Amino acid sequence: MNEAVMREEVVAARGIKVAFGAVKALDGADLVLRAGECVGLVGHNGAGKSTIVNVINGGLSPQEGTVSYGGAAGYHGIAAARASGVRCVFQELSLCPNLTVTENVRVMHGDLKGFGWRRRGLSLVSGQLDEIFPGHRIDCDSTVEDLSIAERQMVEIAISFAACTERPRLVILDEPTSSLDAGLAAQLMTYVRRFVAAGGSVLLISHILGEILSTCDRIVVMKDGKVVADRPATDFDTRRLVETMGSVVREHGFQRTAKEKAREPILSMEARHGSQLGLQAFSGEIIGLAGLGGHGQTEALLDLYLSANSNWWPAREPKMAFVAGDRALNGTFSLWSIRRNLSISSLKALSSRSMVDPALEDGLSDTWKKRIEIRTPDMHNPILSLSGGNQQKVLFARALATTARIVLMDDPMRGVDVGTKQEVYEILRAEAAAGRTFIWYSTEMDEIRLCDRVYVFRDGAIAAELVGDQITEANVLAASFAGGEAA
Amino acid sequence: MRLSSGTIRMIIPAASLAVLLVAVFYMQPRAMSYTGLNLLFNLAVPIALATIAQMLIMAVNDLDLSMGTFVSFTACVTATFLQSSPALGVLILLGAVAAYALMGIVIYVRQLPSIVVTLGMSFVWGGLAVLMLPSPGGEAPGWARWLMTSKPPYVPMAIVASIVIAVLTHLLVMRSSFGVLIRGVGGNARSVERAGWSVVGVRAAAYGLAGFFGVLSGIALVGLTTAADANIALRYTLLSIAGVILGGGEFVGGRISPIGAVIGALTLTLAGSFLSFMRISPDWQIGAQGAILIVVLALRLLLNRLEKRENNR
Repeated sequence: MNEAVMREEVVAARGIKVAFGAVKALDGADLVLRAGECVGLVGHNGAGKSTIVNVINGGLSPQEGTVSYGGAAGYHGIAAARASGVRCVFQELSLCPNLTVTENVRVMHGDLKGFGWRRRGLSLVSGQLDEIFPGHRIDCDSTVEDLSIAERQMVEIAISFAACTERPRLVILDEPTSSLDAGLAAQLMTYVRRFVAAGGSVLLISHILGEILSTCDRIVVMKDGKVVADRPATDFDTRRLVETMGSVVREHGFQRTAKEKAREPILSMEARHGSQLGLQAFSGEIIGLAGLGGHGQTEALLDLYLSANSNWWPAREPKMAFVAGDRALNGTFSLWSIRRNLSISSLKALSSRSMVDPALEDGLSDTWKKRIEIRTPDMHNPILSLSGGNQQKVLFARALATTARIVLMDDPMRGVDVGTKQEVYEILRAEAAAGRTFIWYSTEMDEIRLCDRVYVFRDGAIAAELVGDQITEANVLAASFAGGEAA
Repeated sequence: MRLSSGTIRMIIPAASLAVLLVAVFYMQPRAMSYTGLNLLFNLAVPIALATIAQMLIMAVNDLDLSMGTFVSFTACVTATFLQSSPALGVLILLGAVAAYALMGIVIYVRQLPSIVVTLGMSFVWGGLAVLMLPSPGGEAPGWARWLMTSKPPYVPMAIVASIVIAVLTHLLVMRSSFGVLIRGVGGNARSVERAGWSVVGVRAAAYGLAGFFGVLSGIALVGLTTAADANIALRYTLLSIAGVILGGGEFVGGRISPIGAVIGALTLTLAGSFLSFMRISPDWQIGAQGAILIVVLALRLLLNRLEKRENNR
């Protein structure tokens, strides 16, 4: 450890605080990266990993705290970060799909200029690809959109490690192996060790804990916007890593109702993407879909929805209702009144001879206003006059007002205040007791713990099924991270 | 051998031009001569330049609905100021190019829809053109007239000009690193920004360059017609968009092809002549031209779908 302190700092972020509105993404986090070390960064959803990466690469200015490159504080921003040799491979692919591999090198490396840049760029990227992924067989003259996902990821990694006029000093790899197979991932990790041995520095973010443990010198664990552990990798094993990511087990005064499972499932989905587990839902259950964000939960919900509801014709009595996650994007009709927003899913039931009956519509909206306490003097007010939490309640009411027996929810409680959440949980319970089934994707552990049964997703497939008392933070974390089953 | 997506994109425009050309020669063998070709493609030169301008705007995921009035405006400037007092004329045209660059900056910084801004600007250009030439008139500068009516040996001017435009813009947009940045902004603006480039600068440059080609289009048009009118090029807005799409470009994603755009402009011009040779009444010609467009685009969709199926396998 002493030896590491002596080494030169490449990037130091100290006391960083970042808040998006009321949500604290980073709450005084420290991250110091030194030359010649590979640091692993792990944490669950919303721990602040992506935010701190964005602070380090200059894309985001912290509200408090300092970022210094090479020991010199004062400048910040994308240009300063790049000038100090900070490169970043993002989780979502960030090449220009319409350009060739060589042209992407030109975009990423501003110092590749002058006559003959195509030839030099080509030899740069193909040389780097040969070095990291020997035997890769990628044609660097082809357009990126003609490459497979894995090949794109390889190209992006190679471009980031390539040295045009100056060598990169810190390369941030955000889930670099998410679309690489085991052989390519091993090649990459071997190269990372070589790069680090030559004095470079790497920040590795991955949900595959085995990779982190075997490659990194030091592991930083984040939780709730803070760094909770920063120790040499040798101090950790999979089990301890998962335990550190989790929180102290809190009591929750919530009584799960025991369900007899003898009946027929009202909904089932085949196992897919190489998973052994399929999804089944019984009447009156609340089923949670857990796991790290973006590992296929939303896709699973959409597939379920499309399997039951036709794309073309609205059904008079829909089998399923959907509560969208992104309110502004695909939830509310922002120019409509609260009443219209509520009744849109039940219009067929509210109309006779294709004309909507206003009396029925008013009756419906007044019933739901009382039932779920939408705080507004008049349901004819525009939907945007409501607070975010109340808008979300309207969206719930929209789904619950239908005759659908199954309600799908795509992380709907994002950015909703605690009081409203509690009210909605009550409603969910009551509805489930009345026989409705809920399938609920949530990124929040507290909500997952409310469920009767939980499917944990990893890499687009179901990695584990947890029932009743098995639903603990530790178990969900262990299943979300590959190589964590032992915990 | 597997074809790259770029090659597939080029096949359809080239093939449709060839088919139309063969059909025209079959019906009117006399068109297969120096004068015949020049007459067929004469008016394609300003359209090709306007198409290139539109293509640059579309490369950064925008659309210019003021192209027709802008070309009319520059044509009016060419026929009046550029002819009578060249220094002032050049200054006005430079100002117009700067206005285009400014438009690119405003659209990006204020996050405005380009369609709305350019639609508004189209009334500005149209109004300025009417102020300069309330009735058809003016006179083409001698050099513009000479350039557009010159007769190079063996190959007619219209063909030479089209090839020169195609080659130069290909070098500029597809080969130079500046062109890479423009297309990069269209493909993934965020990654260009993350790599430390100024997206607003690139977009301003793309718009400015589009303005420059719009100016060239106006000059070429006046060189052919010898006089101008405030409404001379109104059709160019839709013709230029159709030319880009016909030439293998796409509305979003920075997928464009300068050679294809020039071929698209030639095809559109030829389609008009083809329908005249077929003795289709002018009342039906616009509809028939639309039908040709739909057929070509349907072919392209089919090819794209085949390609996707190939990739998925």
